[in-house]
Amino acid sequence: MHALAERIKREFPDGFVDAVEWRGDLAVTVRPSAVHAVAMFLRHDPEIDCDYMVHVSSVDWPDDEERFEVVWEVASIRKRHRIRLKTRVSEAECQVDSLTDVWYGANFMEREVYDMMGIRFRNHPDLRRILMPDDYTEGYPLRKDFPLQGKGWRDTFEFLNEKV
Amino acid sequence: MGLIQLGRHQKDGDIDVITTTIERAVNWARKGSLWPMTFGLACCAIEMIAAVSSRYDMDRYGAGVFRASPRQSDLMIVAGTVCRRMAPVIRKIYDQMPEPKYVIAMGSCATSGNIYDSYSVVQGVDRFVPVDIYVPGCPPTPEALFDGILKLQERIMQKRVFTTQPEQVKA
Repeated sequence: MHALAERIKREFPDGFVDAVEWRGDLAVTVRPSAVHAVAMFLRHDPEIDCDYMVHVSSVDWPDDEERFEVVWEVASIRKRHRIRLKTRVSEAECQVDSLTDVWYGANFMEREVYDMMGIRFRNHPDLRRILMPDDYTEGYPLRKDFPLQGKGWRDTFEFLNEKV
Repeated sequence: MGLIQLGRHQKDGDIDVITTTIERAVNWARKGSLWPMTFGLACCAIEMIAAVSSRYDMDRYGAGVFRASPRQSDLMIVAGTVCRRMAPVIRKIYDQMPEPKYVIAMGSCATSGNIYDSYSVVQGVDRFVPVDIYVPGCPPTPEALFDGILKLQERIMQKRVFTTQPEQVKA
Protein backbone atom coordinates (compact mmCIF):
# COMPACT_ATOMS: atom_id res chain seq x y z
CA MET A 1 0.00 0.00 0.00
CA HIS A 2 1.03 3.58 -0.63
CA ALA A 3 2.95 5.16 2.28
CA LEU A 4 0.38 7.95 2.65
CA ALA A 5 -2.45 5.43 2.72
CA GLU A 6 -0.56 3.49 5.41
CA ARG A 7 -0.35 6.60 7.53
CA ILE A 8 -4.03 7.37 7.14
CA LYS A 9 -4.88 3.78 8.06
CA ARG A 10 -2.67 3.98 11.14
CA GLU A 11 -4.13 7.32 12.26
CA PHE A 12 -7.76 6.39 11.56
CA PRO A 13 -8.17 2.61 12.03
CA ASP A 14 -11.97 2.91 12.41
CA GLY A 15 -12.62 5.35 9.62
CA PHE A 16 -10.38 3.81 6.98
CA VAL A 17 -12.18 1.64 4.39
CA ASP A 18 -9.97 1.15 1.35
CA ALA A 19 -7.07 2.61 -0.60
CA VAL A 20 -6.47 2.16 -4.31
CA GLU A 21 -3.44 3.25 -6.25
CA TRP A 22 -3.79 3.30 -10.01
CA ARG A 23 -1.31 4.82 -12.42
CA GLY A 24 0.23 6.92 -9.67
CA ASP A 25 -3.07 8.24 -8.36
CA LEU A 26 -3.91 7.46 -4.74
CA ALA A 27 -7.57 7.23 -3.78
CA VAL A 28 -8.48 6.69 -0.14
CA THR A 29 -12.02 5.73 0.83
CA VAL A 30 -13.12 6.51 4.37
CA ARG A 31 -16.35 6.29 6.34
CA PRO A 32 -18.58 9.43 6.22
CA SER A 33 -18.10 9.91 9.98
CA ALA A 34 -14.31 10.16 9.53
CA VAL A 35 -14.21 12.46 6.49
CA HIS A 36 -13.74 15.69 8.38
CA ALA A 37 -11.05 14.36 10.72
CA VAL A 38 -9.13 12.81 7.81
CA ALA A 39 -9.39 16.09 5.92
CA MET A 40 -7.97 18.03 8.87
CA PHE A 41 -5.15 15.49 9.04
CA LEU A 42 -4.36 15.84 5.31
CA ARG A 43 -4.41 19.59 5.60
CA HIS A 44 -2.32 20.07 8.74
CA ASP A 45 0.09 17.13 8.90
CA PRO A 46 3.52 18.53 7.96
CA GLU A 47 4.41 15.41 5.95
CA ILE A 48 1.25 15.44 3.85
CA ASP A 49 0.55 19.19 3.81
CA CYS A 50 -2.30 19.16 1.28
CA ASP A 51 -3.05 22.87 1.04
CA TYR A 52 -4.92 22.95 -2.26
CA MET A 53 -8.46 21.76 -2.96
CA VAL A 54 -8.40 20.59 -6.58
CA HIS A 55 -11.89 19.30 -7.19
CA VAL A 56 -15.08 18.03 -5.62
CA SER A 57 -17.24 15.63 -7.56
CA SER A 58 -19.67 12.81 -7.00
CA VAL A 59 -20.55 9.44 -8.51
CA ASP A 60 -23.89 7.68 -8.64
CA TRP A 61 -23.79 3.87 -8.37
CA PRO A 62 -27.52 3.12 -8.71
CA ASP A 63 -27.22 -0.62 -7.97
CA ASP A 64 -25.29 -0.25 -4.72
CA GLU A 65 -26.75 0.09 -1.27
CA GLU A 66 -24.47 3.05 -0.53
CA ARG A 67 -25.44 4.70 -3.73
CA PHE A 68 -23.58 8.00 -3.78
CA GLU A 69 -19.87 8.57 -3.66
CA VAL A 70 -18.42 12.00 -2.94
CA VAL A 71 -14.88 12.62 -4.13
CA TRP A 72 -12.59 15.40 -2.94
CA GLU A 73 -9.26 15.71 -4.66
CA VAL A 74 -6.60 17.61 -2.73
CA ALA A 75 -2.99 18.40 -3.56
CA SER A 76 0.08 19.78 -1.90
CA ILE A 77 1.72 22.59 -3.80
CA ARG A 78 4.99 22.28 -1.85
CA LYS A 79 5.23 18.47 -1.70
CA ARG A 80 3.87 18.01 -5.25
CA HIS A 81 1.54 15.11 -4.53
CA ARG A 82 -2.18 14.63 -4.61
CA ILE A 83 -4.71 12.45 -2.80
CA ARG A 84 -8.29 11.60 -3.67
CA LEU A 85 -10.54 11.32 -0.65
CA LYS A 86 -13.75 9.37 -1.15
CA THR A 87 -16.72 8.45 0.94
CA ARG A 88 -19.96 6.57 0.27
CA VAL A 89 -23.46 7.43 1.50
CA SER A 90 -26.86 5.83 0.94
CA GLU A 91 -29.79 7.61 -0.63
CA ALA A 92 -31.65 7.71 2.70
CA GLU A 93 -28.68 9.16 4.57
CA CYS A 94 -27.69 11.52 1.80
CA GLN A 95 -25.47 13.86 3.80
CA VAL A 96 -21.74 14.29 4.35
CA ASP A 97 -19.58 16.78 6.24
CA SER A 98 -18.61 19.87 4.33
CA LEU A 99 -14.90 20.51 4.02
CA THR A 100 -15.26 24.24 3.42
CA ASP A 101 -13.82 24.97 6.87
CA VAL A 102 -10.68 23.04 5.91
CA TRP A 103 -10.34 24.25 2.32
CA TYR A 104 -12.55 27.24 1.53
CA GLY A 105 -12.15 26.48 -2.18
CA ALA A 106 -14.55 23.57 -1.73
CA ASN A 107 -17.45 26.00 -1.31
CA PHE A 108 -18.69 26.35 -4.91
CA MET A 109 -17.70 22.81 -5.87
CA GLU A 110 -19.71 21.31 -3.03
CA ARG A 111 -22.63 23.49 -4.10
CA GLU A 112 -22.29 22.02 -7.57
CA VAL A 113 -22.38 18.48 -6.17
CA TYR A 114 -25.49 19.40 -4.19
CA ASP A 115 -27.08 20.96 -7.27
CA MET A 116 -26.36 18.08 -9.62
CA MET A 117 -26.57 15.02 -7.32
CA GLY A 118 -28.61 16.19 -4.34
CA ILE A 119 -26.03 15.30 -1.72
CA ARG A 120 -26.25 17.64 1.26
CA PHE A 121 -23.18 19.01 3.00
CA ARG A 122 -23.35 19.47 6.75
CA ASN A 123 -22.05 22.86 8.00
CA HIS A 124 -21.75 24.30 4.52
CA PRO A 125 -21.92 28.12 4.77
CA ASP A 126 -24.20 28.65 1.76
CA LEU A 127 -25.73 25.44 0.42
CA ARG A 128 -27.81 26.64 -2.52
CA ARG A 129 -28.07 25.51 -6.12
CA ILE A 130 -25.32 27.01 -8.24
CA LEU A 131 -25.95 26.04 -11.89
CA MET A 132 -29.65 25.32 -12.01
CA PRO A 133 -32.13 28.07 -11.05
CA ASP A 134 -33.04 28.42 -7.38
CA ASP A 135 -36.66 27.51 -8.11
CA TYR A 136 -35.82 24.41 -10.18
CA THR A 137 -38.10 21.60 -9.04
CA GLU A 138 -37.34 18.66 -11.32
CA GLY A 139 -34.74 17.08 -9.06
CA TYR A 140 -31.05 16.44 -9.48
CA PRO A 141 -29.99 16.13 -13.13
CA LEU A 142 -26.84 14.03 -12.77
CA ARG A 143 -28.52 11.17 -10.94
CA LYS A 144 -28.72 8.04 -13.05
CA ASP A 145 -32.50 7.82 -12.68
CA PHE A 146 -33.00 11.37 -14.00
CA PRO A 147 -34.26 11.31 -17.61
CA LEU A 148 -31.64 12.58 -20.05
CA GLN A 149 -33.99 15.09 -21.66
CA GLY A 150 -35.25 16.34 -18.32
CA LYS A 151 -38.87 16.67 -17.31
CA GLY A 152 -40.01 19.49 -19.58
CA TRP A 153 -38.14 22.47 -18.17
CA ARG A 154 -36.03 23.00 -21.29
CA ASP A 155 -39.18 23.41 -23.43
CA THR A 156 -41.06 25.70 -21.03
CA PHE A 157 -40.68 29.40 -21.72
CA GLU A 158 -42.87 31.10 -19.17
CA PHE A 159 -41.24 34.49 -19.87
CA LEU A 160 -42.86 34.60 -23.34
CA ASN A 161 -46.24 35.30 -21.72
CA GLU A 162 -44.98 38.22 -19.65
CA LYS A 163 -45.86 41.71 -20.77
CA VAL A 164 -42.81 43.71 -21.80
CA MET B 1 -28.91 45.63 -56.11
CA GLY B 2 -32.25 46.37 -57.69
CA LEU B 3 -31.36 49.90 -58.66
CA ILE B 4 -31.89 50.71 -62.32
CA GLN B 5 -29.37 53.01 -63.82
CA LEU B 6 -30.38 55.20 -66.74
CA GLY B 7 -27.74 57.38 -68.28
CA ARG B 8 -28.30 60.03 -70.88
CA HIS B 9 -24.82 59.40 -72.17
CA GLN B 10 -23.92 55.94 -70.96
CA LYS B 11 -20.76 56.08 -73.06
CA ASP B 12 -18.95 58.54 -70.76
CA GLY B 13 -19.72 56.47 -67.64
CA ASP B 14 -21.25 59.27 -65.61
CA ILE B 15 -24.32 58.33 -63.60
CA ASP B 16 -26.98 60.86 -64.37
CA VAL B 17 -30.25 59.38 -63.23
CA ILE B 18 -31.11 56.51 -60.94
CA THR B 19 -34.69 55.35 -60.81
CA THR B 20 -35.94 53.04 -58.12
CA THR B 21 -38.71 52.77 -55.58
CA ILE B 22 -38.38 54.36 -52.15
CA GLU B 23 -38.95 50.91 -50.68
CA ARG B 24 -35.95 49.53 -52.50
CA ALA B 25 -33.79 52.50 -51.60
CA VAL B 26 -34.68 52.09 -47.91
CA ASN B 27 -34.07 48.35 -48.00
CA TRP B 28 -30.79 48.90 -49.82
CA ALA B 29 -29.67 51.29 -47.10
CA ARG B 30 -30.76 48.88 -44.39
CA LYS B 31 -29.05 45.83 -45.84
CA GLY B 32 -25.79 47.67 -46.33
CA SER B 33 -25.65 48.87 -42.76
CA LEU B 34 -26.31 45.95 -40.46
CA TRP B 35 -25.20 46.53 -36.89
CA PRO B 36 -24.65 43.17 -35.22
CA MET B 37 -24.60 42.74 -31.49
CA THR B 38 -21.54 41.47 -29.63
CA PHE B 39 -23.06 38.26 -28.40
CA GLY B 40 -21.40 34.86 -28.32
CA LEU B 41 -22.46 31.80 -26.35
CA ALA B 42 -19.92 29.12 -27.26
CA CYS B 43 -17.31 28.05 -29.82
CA CYS B 44 -19.32 29.51 -32.74
CA ALA B 45 -18.45 32.93 -31.32
CA ILE B 46 -14.79 32.26 -32.12
CA GLU B 47 -15.69 31.80 -35.79
CA MET B 48 -17.84 34.93 -35.62
CA ILE B 49 -14.87 36.86 -34.22
CA ALA B 50 -12.69 35.47 -37.01
CA ALA B 51 -15.29 36.62 -39.53
CA VAL B 52 -15.00 40.19 -38.28
CA SER B 53 -11.21 40.20 -38.14
CA SER B 54 -8.90 41.36 -40.90
CA ARG B 55 -8.50 38.06 -42.73
CA TYR B 56 -12.21 37.71 -43.57
CA ASP B 57 -13.40 41.26 -42.83
CA MET B 58 -17.15 41.23 -42.41
CA ASP B 59 -17.10 45.02 -42.83
CA ARG B 60 -17.09 44.44 -46.59
CA TYR B 61 -20.79 43.57 -46.28
CA GLY B 62 -21.50 46.57 -44.11
CA ALA B 63 -21.96 44.38 -41.04
CA GLY B 64 -18.67 44.90 -39.28
CA VAL B 65 -19.48 47.29 -36.46
CA PHE B 66 -20.35 45.09 -33.50
CA ARG B 67 -22.14 47.01 -30.81
CA ALA B 68 -22.03 46.13 -27.14
CA SER B 69 -25.62 47.19 -26.55
CA PRO B 70 -28.81 45.73 -28.02
CA ARG B 71 -30.25 49.24 -28.24
CA GLN B 72 -27.69 50.15 -30.90
CA SER B 73 -27.95 46.92 -32.91
CA ASP B 74 -30.35 45.48 -35.44
CA LEU B 75 -28.82 42.04 -36.01
CA MET B 76 -28.50 39.37 -33.35
CA ILE B 77 -26.18 36.51 -34.32
CA VAL B 78 -26.95 33.72 -31.86
CA ALA B 79 -23.57 31.99 -31.94
CA GLY B 80 -23.53 28.88 -29.80
CA THR B 81 -25.40 26.47 -27.55
CA VAL B 82 -28.47 28.02 -25.96
CA CYS B 83 -28.90 26.79 -22.41
CA ARG B 84 -32.35 27.08 -20.90
CA ARG B 85 -31.07 29.41 -18.20
CA MET B 86 -29.80 31.78 -20.88
CA ALA B 87 -33.16 31.81 -22.72
CA PRO B 88 -34.86 34.66 -20.77
CA VAL B 89 -31.73 36.78 -21.16
CA ILE B 90 -31.64 36.25 -24.94
CA ARG B 91 -35.33 37.07 -25.19
CA LYS B 92 -34.83 40.21 -23.13
CA ILE B 93 -32.00 41.56 -25.26
CA TYR B 94 -33.98 40.66 -28.39
CA ASP B 95 -36.88 42.72 -27.04
CA GLN B 96 -34.50 45.60 -26.34
CA MET B 97 -33.33 45.82 -29.95
CA PRO B 98 -35.02 48.52 -32.03
CA GLU B 99 -37.03 47.61 -35.12
CA PRO B 100 -36.28 46.51 -37.77
CA LYS B 101 -34.33 43.65 -36.29
CA TYR B 102 -33.01 40.39 -37.61
CA VAL B 103 -31.80 37.15 -36.04
CA ILE B 104 -29.27 34.71 -37.45
CA ALA B 105 -29.08 31.30 -35.76
CA MET B 106 -25.43 30.44 -36.26
CA GLY B 107 -24.44 26.77 -36.08
CA SER B 108 -26.32 23.56 -35.32
CA CYS B 109 -26.69 24.33 -31.60
CA ALA B 110 -28.60 27.57 -32.09
CA THR B 111 -30.56 25.93 -34.92
CA SER B 112 -31.56 22.62 -33.32
CA GLY B 113 -29.64 21.99 -30.11
CA ASN B 114 -27.14 19.83 -32.02
CA ILE B 115 -26.16 16.64 -30.15
CA TYR B 116 -27.06 18.22 -26.82
CA ASP B 117 -30.41 16.52 -26.41
CA SER B 118 -30.23 17.12 -22.68
CA TYR B 119 -32.24 18.59 -19.83
CA SER B 120 -30.57 22.01 -19.95
CA VAL B 121 -30.19 22.79 -23.67
CA VAL B 122 -32.93 24.52 -25.66
CA GLN B 123 -33.59 22.61 -28.88
CA GLY B 124 -33.14 25.59 -31.16
CA VAL B 125 -33.26 29.31 -30.45
CA ASP B 126 -36.37 29.60 -32.68
CA ARG B 127 -38.37 28.22 -29.75
CA PHE B 128 -38.47 31.70 -28.24
CA VAL B 129 -37.19 34.27 -30.77
CA PRO B 130 -38.10 34.49 -34.48
CA VAL B 131 -35.13 33.46 -36.62
CA ASP B 132 -34.54 34.86 -40.11
CA ILE B 133 -31.55 32.83 -41.27
CA TYR B 134 -30.18 29.48 -40.12
CA VAL B 135 -26.49 28.88 -40.77
CA PRO B 136 -25.56 25.18 -40.57
CA GLY B 137 -22.18 23.89 -39.42
CA CYS B 138 -20.43 22.92 -36.23
CA PRO B 139 -19.04 25.50 -36.09
CA PRO B 140 -19.79 27.24 -39.41
CA THR B 141 -16.76 28.74 -41.11
CA PRO B 142 -16.62 32.53 -41.56
CA GLU B 143 -17.53 31.91 -45.21
CA ALA B 144 -20.70 30.11 -44.11
CA LEU B 145 -21.60 33.01 -41.84
CA PHE B 146 -21.05 35.39 -44.76
CA ASP B 147 -23.37 33.26 -46.85
CA GLY B 148 -25.96 33.67 -44.11
CA ILE B 149 -25.46 37.43 -44.05
CA LEU B 150 -25.76 37.65 -47.84
CA LYS B 151 -28.95 35.57 -47.67
CA LEU B 152 -30.23 37.92 -44.97
CA GLN B 153 -29.46 40.90 -47.20
CA GLU B 154 -31.46 39.25 -50.00
CA ARG B 155 -34.28 38.78 -47.53
CA ILE B 156 -34.13 42.39 -46.38
CA MET B 157 -34.48 43.50 -50.02
CA GLN B 158 -37.78 41.57 -50.22
CA LYS B 159 -39.28 43.27 -47.17
CA ARG B 160 -42.05 45.83 -47.54
CA VAL B 161 -41.40 49.11 -45.81
CA PHE B 162 -44.38 51.31 -46.58
CA THR B 163 -47.03 48.72 -47.37
CA THR B 164 -48.37 45.77 -45.42
CA GLN B 165 -46.00 42.87 -45.11
CA PRO B 166 -47.15 39.71 -46.92
CA GLU B 167 -47.82 36.88 -44.48
CA GLN B 168 -44.86 34.70 -45.54
CA VAL B 169 -42.23 37.44 -45.07
CA LYS B 170 -43.42 38.53 -41.66
CA ALA B 171 -40.84 38.12 -38.94
